[in-house]
Amino acid sequence: MKTLINKFNSDKTFKQNTITYAIVIVAYILCQSLILGGVMSNSMKGLLIQFCYYIIMAVSLNLTVGILGELSLGHAGFMCIGAFTGAILYKTLGEVLTFKPLLLLICIVAGALLAGLFGFLIGIPVLRLKGDYLAIVTLAFGEIIKNVCAAVFLGKDSKGFHISLKDQAALNLEDSGEMIIKGPLGITGLSFTVSFTACVILVLITLIIVLNLVNSRTGRAVMAIRDNRIAAEATGINVTKYKMLAFTISAALAGVAGVLYASSLSTLASSSKNFGYNMSIMILVYVVLGGIGNIRGSVIATVILVLLPEKLRFLSNYRMLIYAVVLIAMMLINWSPSARAKRDVLLSKINIFKKKTDEKEVQ
Amino acid sequence: MAKEMLSVNNLSISFGGLRAVDEFNLTINEGELYGLIGPNGAGKTTVFNLLTGVYKPDVGIIKLDGKDITGQPTIAINKEGIARTFQNIRLFSDMSVLDNVKVGLHNRFEYSTLSAVLRLPKYFKVEKEMNEKAMELLKVFDLDKEADLKASQLPYGKQRKLEIARALATDPKLLLLDEPAAGMNPNETKELMETISFIRKNFNLTILLIEHDMKLVSGICERLTVLNFGRVLCEGPTSEVLNNPEVITAYLGE
Repeated sequence: MKTLINKFNSDKTFKQNTITYAIVIVAYILCQSLILGGVMSNSMKGLLIQFCYYIIMAVSLNLTVGILGELSLGHAGFMCIGAFTGAILYKTLGEVLTFKPLLLLICIVAGALLAGLFGFLIGIPVLRLKGDYLAIVTLAFGEIIKNVCAAVFLGKDSKGFHISLKDQAALNLEDSGEMIIKGPLGITGLSFTVSFTACVILVLITLIIVLNLVNSRTGRAVMAIRDNRIAAEATGINVTKYKMLAFTISAALAGVAGVLYASSLSTLASSSKNFGYNMSIMILVYVVLGGIGNIRGSVIATVILVLLPEKLRFLSNYRMLIYAVVLIAMMLINWSPSARAKRDVLLSKINIFKKKTDEKEVQ
Repeated sequence: MAKEMLSVNNLSISFGGLRAVDEFNLTINEGELYGLIGPNGAGKTTVFNLLTGVYKPDVGIIKLDGKDITGQPTIAINKEGIARTFQNIRLFSDMSVLDNVKVGLHNRFEYSTLSAVLRLPKYFKVEKEMNEKAMELLKVFDLDKEADLKASQLPYGKQRKLEIARALATDPKLLLLDEPAAGMNPNETKELMETISFIRKNFNLTILLIEHDMKLVSGICERLTVLNFGRVLCEGPTSEVLNNPEVITAYLGE
C-alpha cells in the first residue's frame, strides 16, 4: 500500500489514470447506493446504461480524434456493426446458451472483433487520406454501414442461414424457419438483460485499454505520427502500422458500445436516428467538449451532455434550443483562451494551497 | 585508408523541369565531420531528403557503410543507421521532452502492444530501461531538468538540441544535421559546437551537416562540399574550400 502511495505521488501518469478510474468507481458506488436507497427515479435508472455506452463511444472516438489525430465522422457505423453482431448472436445462440453472462460475453467479444475487422478494412483506404478528406470518407462509410444494415434480410432454418437484400420472400425460408433481420424493421424480440454493474466494468475495461495504450511504446508511436508524421517516419516509426492499429482498436471499442446499445432495446433497427451521422457528430461533440485527447474529459462531458437533455425536459418545446445554448456556453467557458485565463485566476483564489505553492515558486 | 561511411554516386533528381540535384557525388569517411554548404535554394535539403528516402532519386547510388540503400523507404533507412534533424524544427510538440526521446528509442526497446495494455512485467522492465536510456541522452544535452515539459514549451535553442537527442536515440551511424545553428545566438552556437564535438566522440558518429553559420562550419567541419544550383561547385578541406574564389563568388555574387 505504501509503495502504491509513493507511486501515486511520484508517477504523474499513474496518478492521473488512478483519478480517472476512481471517478468512475465513485460514481458507480453513488448510483448503486441511490438505487438501493430507492431515491433514484425510473427515468434516471434508464439513463445509467446509456451513460455507459456513450462513454465507451466517446473514449474510443477520442482514441481516433485525440490520440491518432484524425477526424472520423463515421464512428456510429462501427457501433452499428457491434450492435447487429451482438443482436444476431443473441437471437441465434439464445436458445442454446442459457447461461446469460456467458452469452453476453460472447456477444461483446464478437461485436468487438467484427467491428474491429471492419475498422481494419475501412482503415486501409481511409487512412491514406488526411484531414477533411478523411473525415468525409469516414462519414460515407458510416452511412454505407447504416444503410446496408437497414436493407439486409436474414433468416435461419434447418438448412442454415439465408441472406438477401431484396425482401423476406427472397429468402425461401422453410415453414419452421425464423427471421432474424427483417430489413428496415430490424431485429425484434430482443431481451438482453445487462446489469449496470456489467456496463460499468466494461467502461473500466475500455478506460484501462485506452489509457494503458496511450502510455506505452505503441501510444507514443501513434501520438508521434499525430504531432509530426514526417519526423515520426524519420525516427523509424512505421506510420501505416500504428495508424491502422489505433483505428482498429477504436472501431472495436465502438463495437462493444454497440452491443451494449442493442442490449438496452427490444427492437434493433438501423436508421438515421441511431446510427446516422447525427450520432457520430453527437459523440464528437462529447469528445470536443471533454477536450480532444483528454480521456477523462470525454467521460465527464458525456455524462453531462447525456444528462442535460433529460433534465431540460420541463422546458418542453424549448428544450433543444436551450440545450444548444448551454452547449455553446460550455464550449466557450471550457475552451476559449480568455475564459480559461479568468477561470485559472478564480481557481487560484479559491484554492489556498495552490496559491501558496505559486508564491514559493516566485520566491 | 579510413573506411567509407557514406558514398553517393552521380545522384540526380528533377521536379518538373527543375534539376534540383544534378550528378551529386559525396564520400564521407567513418568518424568524419563533414559540411554541406551553399547559397539558399542550392539543393542542400533536397540532398538530405534523398539520403533519408523522403524523395527517390531519378538516378544515382547511395551506399551507407558499404550497403546500397538507394530508393529504400525512410523507416528502413533509419533502421540502417541514418538519423536526421530538420531545418524547420519538427518535434512531437504535444508530447513531453522525455517522450520525444523515447519515440526515438522505439525500435531499440521492444514489447508487444498486448503486454502494454495488460501491463505485464515486461512492460515495466522495458519502460524502466527506456526511461534510464532517455534520461542519459537528455543529460548529454542538459535537458534532463525539462524532461516533463511539453516539447513546445522549450525555448528555441533547446528544441534544436532535443531534436538532435531524439535523432541520437535511434542509434545512428550517420547523423544528418540540417542547419543546427539556425536562429541561435553566438553563445548558443558556441555551446552547440561543443555538443556536436562531444557526441561525435562519445557516440561513435559520422556527421554531415548543412549550415550557413561560417563560424560553426570553419570551427568544426573537416571537409566541405559546396553546392550551387544543384551541382557540386567544389569540395575539399575546409580552409581550402572557404578561400576558393569560385565559392566566394557564389555566396557574395560578382
